[in-house]
Amino acid sequence: MTDSTLDRVARATPPRVARRIRGLSDRAIAWIFVAPTIILLLAVNIFPLIWTIYLSFTNYRANRPNAEVEWVGLRNYQRILSDPEIWQTMQATAHFLFWTLFFQVLIGFALAWLINQKFRGNNLWTTIIVLPMMLSPAVVGNFWTFLYQPQIGIFNNIISFFSGADPTSFSMIGDVRLAPWSIVIVDTWMWTPFVMLICLAGLRSIPDSIYEAAECDRASKWRQFWTITVPMVLPFLMLAVLFRGIENFKMFDLVVQLTGGGPGSTTELTSINLKREAFEKWRTGYASAYAVILFVTVFGLASIYVKALNRVKNR
Amino acid sequence: MSSYSITEPSPRSKWIAGILVVSYALITLIPLVWIIATGFKSSSDSIAYPPKVFFEPTLEGYVNLFTRQTRATPEQLAATPPTTWYEQIVHDNGMVISGPSRFGERFMNSVIIGFGSTFLSVFLGTLAAYAFSRYRIPLKDDLMFFILSTRMMPPIAVAIPIFLMFRAAGLSDTHAGMILLYTAVNLSLAVWLLKGFIDEIPREYEEAALIDGYTRFQAFVKVVLPQAATGIASTAIFCLIFAWNEYAFAVLLTSGTAQTAPPFIPTIIGVGGRDWPAVAAGATLFLVPVMVFTILLRKHLLRGITFGAVRK
Amino acid sequence: MKTKARLFAATALVGLSSLASTGAYAANLTLCWAAWDPANALIELSRDFEEQSGHSMSFEFVPWPNFADRMLNELNSRGQLCDLMIGDSQWIGLAAESGHYIQLNDFFDAEGISMDAFIPATVEGYAAWPKGSTNYWALPAFADVVGWTYRRDWFAREDLQAEFRELHGRDLDVPADLQELKEIAEFFQGREIDGRTVYGAALFTERGSEGITMGVTNVLYNFGFRYGTADNPYQLEGTVNSPGAVEGLEFYRALYECCTPPGSSDWYMSETIDAYRSGQVALQMNFAFIWPGVDQDANVGGDRSGYFTNPPGPDGHFAQLGGQGISVVSYSQNQDAALEYIKWFAQPEIQQRWWELGGFSALNDVVQADGFVDSQPFAQTFLDSMEIVQDFWAEPTYAELLLAMQNRVHRYVIAGEGTAQEALDALVRDWTEIFEDDGKM
Repeated sequence: MTDSTLDRVARATPPRVARRIRGLSDRAIAWIFVAPTIILLLAVNIFPLIWTIYLSFTNYRANRPNAEVEWVGLRNYQRILSDPEIWQTMQATAHFLFWTLFFQVLIGFALAWLINQKFRGNNLWTTIIVLPMMLSPAVVGNFWTFLYQPQIGIFNNIISFFSGADPTSFSMIGDVRLAPWSIVIVDTWMWTPFVMLICLAGLRSIPDSIYEAAECDRASKWRQFWTITVPMVLPFLMLAVLFRGIENFKMFDLVVQLTGGGPGSTTELTSINLKREAFEKWRTGYASAYAVILFVTVFGLASIYVKALNRVKNR
Repeated sequence: MSSYSITEPSPRSKWIAGILVVSYALITLIPLVWIIATGFKSSSDSIAYPPKVFFEPTLEGYVNLFTRQTRATPEQLAATPPTTWYEQIVHDNGMVISGPSRFGERFMNSVIIGFGSTFLSVFLGTLAAYAFSRYRIPLKDDLMFFILSTRMMPPIAVAIPIFLMFRAAGLSDTHAGMILLYTAVNLSLAVWLLKGFIDEIPREYEEAALIDGYTRFQAFVKVVLPQAATGIASTAIFCLIFAWNEYAFAVLLTSGTAQTAPPFIPTIIGVGGRDWPAVAAGATLFLVPVMVFTILLRKHLLRGITFGAVRK
Repeated sequence: MKTKARLFAATALVGLSSLASTGAYAANLTLCWAAWDPANALIELSRDFEEQSGHSMSFEFVPWPNFADRMLNELNSRGQLCDLMIGDSQWIGLAAESGHYIQLNDFFDAEGISMDAFIPATVEGYAAWPKGSTNYWALPAFADVVGWTYRRDWFAREDLQAEFRELHGRDLDVPADLQELKEIAEFFQGREIDGRTVYGAALFTERGSEGITMGVTNVLYNFGFRYGTADNPYQLEGTVNSPGAVEGLEFYRALYECCTPPGSSDWYMSETIDAYRSGQVALQMNFAFIWPGVDQDANVGGDRSGYFTNPPGPDGHFAQLGGQGISVVSYSQNQDAALEYIKWFAQPEIQQRWWELGGFSALNDVVQADGFVDSQPFAQTFLDSMEIVQDFWAEPTYAELLLAMQNRVHRYVIAGEGTAQEALDALVRDWTEIFEDDGKM
């Protein structure tokens, strides 16, 4: 079949075009294929990044275009790193990042494993479970403020139905102890399906023959799970964590709509804090330094992580 | 598959797994069902205290979503009797329709920008992924990491330079500008997903084609692309979900002409407060295209994600 | 002084051609404002302008939470999107000092538009910079102020009246001061009415933009909080954190803790109205712009609701100013047509119609006309409230000043961190730093 298609293609390709394309060396094709991507990324990501790095050493304010721009050296960086409130937002981000990844990996993997038991209708239910991640995070955040309202929302009413507690006796967004969990719950609700999908892809990629071989060796199901399933899915899981981790480190839309960073600064994630500096206080230089610090942090963490990932993949 | 496979789970574990998965699905559906249901509530039912599970459905939310209204005096109302069902609904609330709302425009912008950037990211991503997968490219791992790193910058951080840059290039608040921007953000995911998938396609196919006298390019188009269709489909789903729903860039960089629906929906204001039924109606309608797209391509969804992590 | 020249040309043009004629050219004007109820009314109102002038109008309405970010970004980058801007009152300092708006004095003089024709507080609040000067950068467009809505039908109940009289020795009625307001809120908190638990008051507590500041100031001003002194506007120590101010902040927290519905920790205009409309609360703090909507509401409209101005406290009687003026953006290519619009908008007939459509006109001819106070049930309350307004800082650094206040107040009132004294002392430090950076101190 492949041959007949190719024959047809060969016949259909005008000789001149064929010659011209054939004339391209492998190296030329490689560069032609890669160049648009690299150029676009350089233009839309790297150029602004360089601009941001430059601004981070100045006192530039985007709301004072007429004011003189002064070179302030490392002052912006010093101010940020010595500001206790920024550490507080880092802490809030770390809490959010850790627990969302924890729950999403745990539930996502468990769901993928269960779906992979191939019960009847599993495809339909997979599609249903994936629905929340197709919603817009801003709309989701906005709507959950409504669901979390103790009087008119359903979240508290459902909890109270199962626990017997008065629905108005607690407030997910208003309580400093519950608010950090309120954002974890919504993000987990929304993005567990993403982790699940990738885990499921991993599970489906394991050839049956490996289990059959293990079965012949009389390995127990439990042992098979730990020696075959988990290691084979691990690279997938790690990639899911990498992408979720990057997304949640820069999480903005969902949380800003949900809590606005409150109560106080309990759920003020770094991106929300950064937005206040950049677009409300208009301290562009300062915000740029802040952005560079964040970028370096994620970049550093991610590069260590990707090294580990490559090791797991090539094991 | 043989009629009996030792890797086939037992009927009992299938049952248990099925029950657990279905209960999870039902629980996560509650907020979604609530959103959809709110779209069919009247304004006062939507904020009823305590919340109403059973209610009389109305299309008020959808009418409010698509129209702009002004308050009218009783005399004006009497002078303009409603002629259609939607005018009737508005009329009953003491308002008259004064024109279409901007939801339609915003929705179309989302369609153009969402699908446009999805196409472009998948197109460019496939080319780049193929090159990364098949050729010796200097500093390949570093380039791959560079591509990933472009996703790490918080949108807020680059919004100001991009805003100024777009303005200089005449791209601000244009469809083309937003398509390029979303494409750039999505390329990292597209290249990573697709490289993984193309890695899995045996090179022997192309080699056979080359021996038969086809060029590399022909081999790519006629051999690799059809094989990669599954990977391309699942990548397209993820790219569309991102581009469709993106908020931070949309709210900071666009206004009249190119603004998409996500910044618009949460802020639909009715008389006095937020118009929850219209917000819910907007959210529901906005979900439909991505949902249909995903359902159409769903059989590719799982097989398409490999990240090159499958061991041979 | 290109702007001046253009301005002169503009005034000449407007002066020569009557508004009824189509004029030499037809411009497409874009008006920028927040996306809310009054904006829809303005579209309706502007049809008349389109007919008369031959210009066409486009509208760019940005949702409140992003309004300031989006529009200030537009102005700062000298964008030409907006020809006319109905910008928030606090932006005036920035817009005037950075040259985002054109100065309107010459135009007003040429057209015979007098600022004396508008409610004085709106001229001071929306049009003048520096404050107290006669440099005008806007025409008052939408007058707004924080006031209160209450459930008249609940107040009227015989049993509740009797119980309240027993408890406090007076009728259950509109509160005469903030202390009485708190007593009423306490009285309703947790009470069973028509089978549902209801609560005292819905307050502004929002964290993300400006909510809690717009709420707490209504109490702070009346307890003695001041923005500097008469001779030194930047004298923060002892005014911002005066003993009265500390007491006021404590009062707001006490009110939040004793008398608000559970979960009302991040509420602003829209959430408070939801709580009120759904019958959760007896009292609601909100801007006047919602009153027409309350009056027409199916659940709480008509006789069931009443309105009152923000009650006085031990050291003053003020209410937080809202509202906006309309300005011409200096980067606009259509300044002439934009000025024509302002001229049209300032006409008494148009202002009258603006009020009828739900726009709160600031023109004296409208608000002092016979029959105005009877035209709407809230008209008198609106007029009284406009007499006592006080605005937040309108300095070029207002956004930073606001963010600092949001942060300090939300932490104390909602998150319960520290004491009121500590919160206001910290606010003085933050504000001092901001003014020092700006070279004002």
